[in-house]
Amino acid sequence: MTGESPNIDTPKIDKAAASARPAAPADAAADMPLLRIEGVTKNFGSFRAVDRLSLDIKAGEFFALLGPSGCGKTTLLRMLAGFETPDEGRILLGGRDIAPVLPHERPVNMMFQNYALFPHLSVRDNIAFGLKRAGMARAAIDTRVGEMVALVRLEGMERRKPDQLSGGQRQRVALARSLARRPKVLLLDEPLAALDKKLRESTQQELMELQRSLGMTFIVVTHDQEEAMTMATRIGVMNAGRLEQVATPRDLYEAPRSRWVAEFVGDVNLFDGEVVSHDHHRLTIATRDAGNIVVAEQRQMVTGTAVSVAIRPEKVKLWHHGPASDAGHSHAVNRLAGVVADVSYLGGSTVYRIKLDSGTVVRSSMTNTTRLDIHTYGVSQRVLAWFTPDDGVVLER
Amino acid sequence: MSARRIFAQPARYAAIAPYLWMVLFFLVPFGFVLKISLSQTAIAQPPYVPVFDFAEGWTAIKEAFAQLSFDNFKLLTSDSLYISSYLRSIVVAVTSTLILLLIGYPIAYGMARLPQRWQPIAMMLVIVPFWTSFLIRIYAWINILQHDGLLNQVLLALHLVSAPVVWLSTDTAMYIGIVYSYLPFMILPLYATLSKMDASLLEAAADLGASPRQAFWLVTFPLSLPGVGAGALLCFIPIVGEFVIPDLLAGSGSMMIGQTLWLEFFTNKDWPVAAAAAVALLVLLVPPLLLYDRLQRRTLAGGG
Repeated sequence: MTGESPNIDTPKIDKAAASARPAAPADAAADMPLLRIEGVTKNFGSFRAVDRLSLDIKAGEFFALLGPSGCGKTTLLRMLAGFETPDEGRILLGGRDIAPVLPHERPVNMMFQNYALFPHLSVRDNIAFGLKRAGMARAAIDTRVGEMVALVRLEGMERRKPDQLSGGQRQRVALARSLARRPKVLLLDEPLAALDKKLRESTQQELMELQRSLGMTFIVVTHDQEEAMTMATRIGVMNAGRLEQVATPRDLYEAPRSRWVAEFVGDVNLFDGEVVSHDHHRLTIATRDAGNIVVAEQRQMVTGTAVSVAIRPEKVKLWHHGPASDAGHSHAVNRLAGVVADVSYLGGSTVYRIKLDSGTVVRSSMTNTTRLDIHTYGVSQRVLAWFTPDDGVVLER
Repeated sequence: MSARRIFAQPARYAAIAPYLWMVLFFLVPFGFVLKISLSQTAIAQPPYVPVFDFAEGWTAIKEAFAQLSFDNFKLLTSDSLYISSYLRSIVVAVTSTLILLLIGYPIAYGMARLPQRWQPIAMMLVIVPFWTSFLIRIYAWINILQHDGLLNQVLLALHLVSAPVVWLSTDTAMYIGIVYSYLPFMILPLYATLSKMDASLLEAAADLGASPRQAFWLVTFPLSLPGVGAGALLCFIPIVGEFVIPDLLAGSGSMMIGQTLWLEFFTNKDWPVAAAAAVALLVLLVPPLLLYDRLQRRTLAGGG
């Protein structure tokens, strides 16, 4: 296992390399995911950090584990790295159970949240640390370190110690060090949390490019949904030790599976109610605060089912209230009358808080597509908030 | 600007307290000792000449100054008694420090790895023996190590030896005493560095393929070197000048400089030579003291 992790001879890893390793059983290799987590549970005393969690991650994915602090995402990552042992369940890497494999023998590397750079070693020696342990030849180490330094653009810094580097540079050293052994899977624990906003955004792009060009599998833990949505090809949303939903960023946002996910990822208006009728894939839901709402829904739902309707603020459009408005739009099925309570101008968009006649507040976000917008709404103006049946999502309660 | 105002007037005067302390209790007495070391022994009260008598006027003091000489220091370098005493002091100090390091490091390491709530208790266990008088503890060792003492009784009972072993008045006894007495001074600085160490560094080492043993030698040990240095110097410096432990536990065969000094002062009544020996010892200890100071500064800068 240690022998194959740093493949010294191949200068570049291609996307297929990881799954096409001869070590994996030939028949299962084709459809077996690179990483399979099967019913994994981890308890700390009486606290269940990870609760019977199952997840498949394919080779070459950029996977994000997203969740609030304490949801178990870091514990899961640490179990993959080998720093924690699952109480139940199995973790298979390339079809093999890695439970008995000690951390220092796993073909997996981790980038630590605090970077965990060795303070007594130079940039070069930090990056070379893992290569030396793998018994790589001196010349090969020099070449690889050179590649890594170039990859993270730290040329000329090789001799510096970590305390002589800026936060951004330290982050790059940590990244280079964890990539140097060319792991099958790179685990990143809140890799950008310590950087300021501007640097974080540019580093996100760099990580994505790096992952694409190396064809490596990245698993990143983050509490920042924007970061997860920007970088990841798939996101697993975790809550209280379980995966609430695993989906692409788009599906997670547009088709959340639970009320919790809808609220955790992005901003949302929620209306509680119950199903009153169902025809032609359209559900009519009687809500407490917004009257009847019609939502397109493929699922059959029994009348009387308690549900929530979720509508993202940018899907809620506004009209000037009154009979003269162009209410002729046939798709504007759901209309909620109210008064503008306040207006927040955010630059790229403007958020209106509309107080409905029932007293509930609905948020509507509008992109400021023109510089001089005449269609603005003022506070205490009466408006009609509307959205189409396709814009709402029905969530069972 | 506002930083100045943080310190009220009394606090600012308090800042000179350490300097005042240094002048009153180190520099002034050291001046006396230095002056005595440059004097000649005499059968008088005090037992040396010249004596500065400020009542006699300026010329008398000038005359007294003219009588000062470096003869005593020349004696120190020419008489093998002093040279061998210094050498023995250094050999004993180096050996003891190495033994202390070998024993203290594993203890400190173990303490630092204990669960958080046990660490203060372990610390207490290290410190508590020091609530008993040092002299009493050394006398206790005499009791343990003597011919029919506890150690020999245990060894005989276990049939490990057939006749009582001579422990007392040997170098072994002295080393036992020194190591026992100085162990906390080795453990505490080591524990301070080891317990501050970031646990994620060891995880990073493991993640990068280092076995636990490699992780220790490549990460933990190099990072604990400031603690090793502090502990070693904290023990080495006082052991060089140690008097009580070798006097009570070691044999009379060879002497450490502290014992020689005592002999010159109290038995020979040769205050000037004793003073010169003390000054020479101090000069000998300046390099390690400076080293210690530098290490401390670096630790403060790095850790802060």
